[in-house]
Amino acid sequence: MSAALALGDDALVLSHRLGQWAGHAPVLEEEVALANIALDLLGQARVLLSLAGDEDELAFLREERAFRNVQLVEQPNGDFAHTIARQLYFSAYQLPLYRELAAGDGPFAPLAAKAAQEVDYHLDHARQWTLRLGDGTQESHARMQRACDALWRYTGELFRPVEGLGVDPSALEQGWLRSVGEVLERATLTLPDGPRSGGWAAGAGREGLHTESFGRMLAEMQHLHRSHPGASW
Amino acid sequence: MVTREAARTAPETALERELRRVAGAVPDPELPVVSLAELGVLRGVRVTYAPDGHRAVRVELTPTYTGCPAIGAMSDDVRRALREQGQSDVEVVTVLAPPWSTDDISEDGRRKLAEAGIAPPGPRGGGAVPLSLAIRCPHCGSTATELLSRFSSTACKALRRCTSCGEPFDHFKEL
Repeated sequence: MSAALALGDDALVLSHRLGQWAGHAPVLEEEVALANIALDLLGQARVLLSLAGDEDELAFLREERAFRNVQLVEQPNGDFAHTIARQLYFSAYQLPLYRELAAGDGPFAPLAAKAAQEVDYHLDHARQWTLRLGDGTQESHARMQRACDALWRYTGELFRPVEGLGVDPSALEQGWLRSVGEVLERATLTLPDGPRSGGWAAGAGREGLHTESFGRMLAEMQHLHRSHPGASW
Repeated sequence: MVTREAARTAPETALERELRRVAGAVPDPELPVVSLAELGVLRGVRVTYAPDGHRAVRVELTPTYTGCPAIGAMSDDVRRALREQGQSDVEVVTVLAPPWSTDDISEDGRRKLAEAGIAPPGPRGGGAVPLSLAIRCPHCGSTATELLSRFSSTACKALRRCTSCGEPFDHFKEL
């Protein structure tokens, strides 16, 4: 079920990336916040991947090319601003997507209704930080702008069609641009204007093509399970 | 295991009512001051009989958050409680629809949370939209409190501080 894999992999991969902040976040509250968001996403991933097959096999035994997540979520954490920009871009897409799915009667409706409540908090968290960093010091402003610019080219992929989803993601694009644009403006940041589609844009994650750092992330995520097949504790 | 909908139930039998009382009295593993019934996560108990008379009990729980790690411990505790009551075949399933919300916490549950130093959730506004309602410090009762972090010791709580008595406290955030 390709749509369940696409949404499940988005949640799983972003969850793992956020989990990499454990022990490294700038302040304790933020460490807890990022871990909480990671946990929400992991819960969503478990439900979604279970719709597609065995959750453990899918998470730990697939090769890189079999993952269907968008390239945005696999991007490395970078500095804190990069993590926040990634959260802002992704949550501003995931929330309206889940709301659309929740309003329908497809297989994703129950999970989407539940998870939308959670993603509401994720988006709020990303917005608050975008405002603080963008409208903060010269240094934080510069870093936040750099992060928004660097991840911009991965955002076009969010709105490509996903087979079996029951919702057309392209219909969410204008709302996403408005929502992200409004936050960036309030944060005294500039909406990036680079290409988001076409030859110079990134994004073929849904077809299984991923960026360089994803392989290393998967190696870390899958290593324990693959080293001890069938182990339980 | 996650199923789409809570199964439709016929009128509750006396045995089902009794088992629901037993399962509902199980304390929440992370917030043991409240029971599963008070927290509103016990959706139903259904007893079915096979043609040979074998009795099977099916319990439906709903998670507070999709990724709530306590759901596994809750399921184990419910199974244990029902086994002690004499039920040998107990299945606990997780249902997501309709989604749990903090409005499902009972009045008793709210009072017990406050007594344990956790500010109970207010009525739901619009999700994460900033609340205008004052949140009361569970230690000194002051409404002069401020948000430290929207995310706290568990997914369902936010961290606040009382500016009157200076104590930090958990707040069960509205969901």
